[in-house]
Amino acid sequence: MRLEIKDLRVHYGKIEAIKGISVVVNQGEIVTLIGANGAGKTTTLKTISGLRKVSSGSILFDGQDISKVPAHERVDLGISQAPEGRGIFPGMTVLENLEMGKFNRKDRKSEMKEDLDRVYHLFPRLKERTSQAGGTLSGGEQQMLAIGRALMARPKVMLLDEPSMGLAPMMIANIFQIITTINTELGTTILLVEQNAQQALQRAHRAYVLETGKVVKEAKASDLLNDPDVRAAYLGTGAAGH
Amino acid sequence: MINLRDKGAEIWEGWNRPKRTIFVFAMIFLAGLLPFSASWGPTSFLNTPITSFQNVLVYPVGMFILMALGLNIVVGKSGLLDLGYVAFFAIGAYTQAIMSTMLDWKTWEILPFGIMFAMISGVMLGLPALRLRGDYLAIITLGFGEIVRIIAINSTSTGGPNGISGIPNPPSVLGIQFDLMHPEHYFWLVIAMILLVVWMVRRFTVRRPGRAWEAIRQDEDVAALMGVNTLVYKLWAFVIGAAVGGAAGVLYASKVMVISPDMFKFDVSVMILACVVFGGIGNIWGVMLGAGILAYLPDRFRFLTDYRQLVFGLVLIIMMNLRPDGLLPRKKREKISEKSK
Repeated sequence: MRLEIKDLRVHYGKIEAIKGISVVVNQGEIVTLIGANGAGKTTTLKTISGLRKVSSGSILFDGQDISKVPAHERVDLGISQAPEGRGIFPGMTVLENLEMGKFNRKDRKSEMKEDLDRVYHLFPRLKERTSQAGGTLSGGEQQMLAIGRALMARPKVMLLDEPSMGLAPMMIANIFQIITTINTELGTTILLVEQNAQQALQRAHRAYVLETGKVVKEAKASDLLNDPDVRAAYLGTGAAGH
Repeated sequence: MINLRDKGAEIWEGWNRPKRTIFVFAMIFLAGLLPFSASWGPTSFLNTPITSFQNVLVYPVGMFILMALGLNIVVGKSGLLDLGYVAFFAIGAYTQAIMSTMLDWKTWEILPFGIMFAMISGVMLGLPALRLRGDYLAIITLGFGEIVRIIAINSTSTGGPNGISGIPNPPSVLGIQFDLMHPEHYFWLVIAMILLVVWMVRRFTVRRPGRAWEAIRQDEDVAALMGVNTLVYKLWAFVIGAAVGGAAGVLYASKVMVISPDMFKFDVSVMILACVVFGGIGNIWGVMLGAGILAYLPDRFRFLTDYRQLVFGLVLIIMMNLRPDGLLPRKKREKISEKSK
């Protein structure tokens, strides 16, 4: 078991945003958290990466409780995140953004080159734009950069927060295709948060449905695609079924 | 409007190493000659009425440039708004005043202590304050600036509101005397310190701390996700800025020989911040130019008496409308960032 969240609770001030969530992500899986706005998907990811404090419960990574480990040390453990809204450093070039991906790097030459080659192989588009400022990229390219930057740290688990946000349908398909490639070719375990449930469920192995800070359903992704409740709530009124 | 920064960078890029070295030394040499410009025909228009030009060059001009460079590390490089920067200047000045009058130490021996005390107070302020962001940080630093001044007013060891007098000048170095008769020597000393700070800032900027500060300025949360220990790097920016302020304070006290709490009011913090913003936040050349101009003009137009404040305000308003990013803004691609936010 790569990543395990046990009865996690998170507060914003006095408001409880996450009300006891338990999620398991196994080695090599793509697991998705779907749910409406405010269900607590992003908060869950931010808590795993250390940007939010845990009120109670635990986060186990490779069996070790990391809920007290500061955010900047979790990258080195093997947890990388492509944050919500992509979080590109707009004033840095594509290359500088990628170099930031693992800030505490010891071997800066050969290892860095290897990592860059791997990212450029996955995203040839980024290679063309190496010296362009991150802020001037298109939305899709920025998302590629965000994922590429997360990959620079050779993560064991990659956290993706709404990679489809604000992208054109063609680009969304493209990004999800790459997510699958990363999972199969590099063997990276992926925890994916999405509002685009259709795409997420097609790509993921297992899925959790979140509602107002709680897990209301947990199943194989393919089963949820055919679940009448999920179809009604998150996939439109069964458009694909009729 | 022409882009001075890009134009300058373009010319600089076109030069080879010897050419650049010659240019740098020529500029330093010219700056070193500045104290004599007031008595030389063609440049005598630079002379300040009422106040002595050579003294104006040391304080405010040189000191403001030095402090603006220090504050620029905090505000410009890492994006932390510090409204109490004068506190570090005051700590440096009081270190010099107290240690020289009580312990009979020389300025050069006190300088490292002044820097150290400023840095320690930077850590003391930074550790709790840097957990906050934006406006909250600004308010806390503002409070800190006032706390230091009020302590100076109310404590007996700092001489209370009267301050401390009889602070000795620094002893001479290599036959260069530092006393009332030789303000140009102080100016050269300040230039040397400015050069040192510029060198230091440029070293930092191209290395990992610079990258970390840049990331923190652009997006602090994401910087943490990338593995940047944000608190530590913010603290470093704060402490290095404080060290520069402290060094300026030590030098200032040994120059003016008398210090009192009303020299370290909030308006000094605001002036230094204005220098940074006016010159071009984040760009050391812009910051130096801005500080030089803003420090010099009020003394050049001292004959306008109180109206000069009015003129000063107008200049600021007009300039910030015409060039909102300052005289010499930072690199363009860095500016895009702030707009797309």
